[in-house]
Amino acid sequence: MIDNALLALEDGSLFYGTSIGVDDESIGEVVFNTSITGYQEILTDPSYYKQIVTLTHPHIGNVGTNLEDEESSQVFVSGLIIRDLPMVMSNWRATENLRDYLIRHNIVAIAEIDTRQLTRHLRKHGAMKACIVAGDNIDADKSIKTAESFAGLIGMDLAKKVSTTSRYNWVDGIWDLEDGIQASHSKKEWRVIAYDFGVKRNILRILADLGCEITVVSAQTPASEVLAEKPDGIFLSNGPGDPDPCDYAITAIKKIINSGLPVFGICLGYQLLSLALGAKTSKMKFGHHGANHPVQSLDDGQVLITSQNHGFAVDEKTLPNDLIATHRSLFDGSLQGVHHVKYPVFGFQGHPEASPGPNDSKRLFNHFIELMQEHKT
Amino acid sequence: MPKRTDIKSILIIGAGPIIIGQACEFDYSGAQACKALREEGFRVILVNSNPATIMTDPEMADATYIEPVHWQTVARIIEKELPDTLLPTMGGQTALNCALDLDKQGVLEKFDVEIIGASKDAIDKAEDREKFRTAMQKIGLTMAKSEIVHNQEEAKAAMEIIGFPAIIRPSFTLGGTGGGIAYNRDEFMEICGQGVDASPTNEVQVDQSALGWKEYEMEVVRDKKDNCIIICSIENLDPMGVHTGDSITIAPAQTLTDKEYQIMRDASIKVLREIGVDTGGSNVQFAVNPRDGELIIIEMNPRVSRSSALASKATGFPIARVAAKLAVGYTLDELENDITGGATRA
Repeated sequence: MIDNALLALEDGSLFYGTSIGVDDESIGEVVFNTSITGYQEILTDPSYYKQIVTLTHPHIGNVGTNLEDEESSQVFVSGLIIRDLPMVMSNWRATENLRDYLIRHNIVAIAEIDTRQLTRHLRKHGAMKACIVAGDNIDADKSIKTAESFAGLIGMDLAKKVSTTSRYNWVDGIWDLEDGIQASHSKKEWRVIAYDFGVKRNILRILADLGCEITVVSAQTPASEVLAEKPDGIFLSNGPGDPDPCDYAITAIKKIINSGLPVFGICLGYQLLSLALGAKTSKMKFGHHGANHPVQSLDDGQVLITSQNHGFAVDEKTLPNDLIATHRSLFDGSLQGVHHVKYPVFGFQGHPEASPGPNDSKRLFNHFIELMQEHKT
Repeated sequence: MPKRTDIKSILIIGAGPIIIGQACEFDYSGAQACKALREEGFRVILVNSNPATIMTDPEMADATYIEPVHWQTVARIIEKELPDTLLPTMGGQTALNCALDLDKQGVLEKFDVEIIGASKDAIDKAEDREKFRTAMQKIGLTMAKSEIVHNQEEAKAAMEIIGFPAIIRPSFTLGGTGGGIAYNRDEFMEICGQGVDASPTNEVQVDQSALGWKEYEMEVVRDKKDNCIIICSIENLDPMGVHTGDSITIAPAQTLTDKEYQIMRDASIKVLREIGVDTGGSNVQFAVNPRDGELIIIEMNPRVSRSSALASKATGFPIARVAAKLAVGYTLDELENDITGGATRA
């Protein structure tokens, strides 16, 4: 193995490995994800914008890549760090191997890194600014300086950067073993407008299958424009970065909540919703990134195994009286979901749309439909 | 929900002698169960005919009987010890069968002994091929296709449904004389003809063969509040056709995309719910066609098995210990994981 790639952290730690992507340099915040499956979904999740992802599962690339496992139109991670890239891929769905896929998408990626050591380091010291570089003439000192130059995610409004620029309608349903991905056949009963802060496709697919006619709009769309269309419900998507500086979204959400329409927020959408209702958010030490996080539903005590991907969290102590906690993480006790007592408004920190991850919390989408049903009658 | 206070004593049935194809997995699970239940203050009574196991060491149970694992012997132990409950899921199929016999003979009713860990119905549904097939159909899972054939016409019809390769087995012949695997039309008709002749009832069973398919197992744990967790997925390095016991297996599964894996995860949880494993661990086995991802269910074991011992070793999650605690009323969120120092629940 040739050491032709380097990961340099802001604290001076250096990890040498083998390049499996393009020769280039990239900066971002390095985070670890513990999911065993779904690396392609992770690579294409817009919530990872400006983040370099290291996967704790040692063998990545086994199942190659395909066009149906993309969660957006491009690869959003700033870099990928893995332990081992297998020489062959083995899955009937694969159309391209991971290395070619990364190169085609212009991604800097390193294999042969001791990802276990790296993860322990991040757990101990927290997510870090990092520089990932591949090619000849690597200068470690320069790379550390480059890593330090990354501004960090606190205060960084990324939702508007990854959001769609023009509005569009969504038609596809969820993937099926026999038919793959097809236009959803469900009877369309609900008009839903989805704010795109970095939306994952599977959210839209599930909503479409549940009977929603979906229009996706950009992050900075004013509330008046959305309300003028008289939708049955508003969806607030997941997305990258710090929710705090997204004042345009917070302003719009306040107006939407006051209109009395049902609102469902996931991940960043849930954080923005909480901010709009007066709660506060803060940056976590290393966040939650994985597909096996137990979350307890507080009303019935049921445990849901969830997909998670967030570096910021809503502080439960700051919740206003009319916003109640509905879910809590069994890993660290952090807040995972809220519901308003008066308005038909709720949010969830994890990813009920899975992809990758388990479908345990999918029933939250049904709750959104129920709220729209109640609102209509 | 805390542990049950209405029970005081628990009878654990061991797996008996170690036979070919078995290692010490049931000694491991039995010993773990004894420890887990004794630390909760229950009186543990153990019956196992194998004195060479760790679980029959003097300090493992409150009362240890080194007697045959047979319903008549166990009935006498029940008569003497009068346990409140019987835990049959730690001693493999031997213990499950013994529990079913005890129930059939009316022993459990007579002495008012409750089976914990897996209900009689669940054991029965998982064991009886036809009941299992019906249960799987009910939840939308397919098993290997199977047809009964008596003549040429039926053979042709069966060939259309089953495809190739097909496993052809004449009914009621010794050692399956006259059967075989057909890879094409000629072989199919020929073997069916032979089979019908060889069978005293002129009947052959034709099964879809999953030869060469990918083989997977899911280790699932469920509690009485219906919380389900997957301890791990296991993939066999050798395809279907090579017995799992002979195959190299790897945890977690390596060649499934997330979408395929989640189908399998959801399916395995559905199986536990439908079969009715209310508390404890189960093992659900699947075969996947490597060409198009078609998934069929092979079988499920409503008990700890060889695979759960392997899964415990690979993941650090003590399945037998947790299953024992769930059987006496705890739920997953109440148990702390000893491996992660209590930090990670469920």
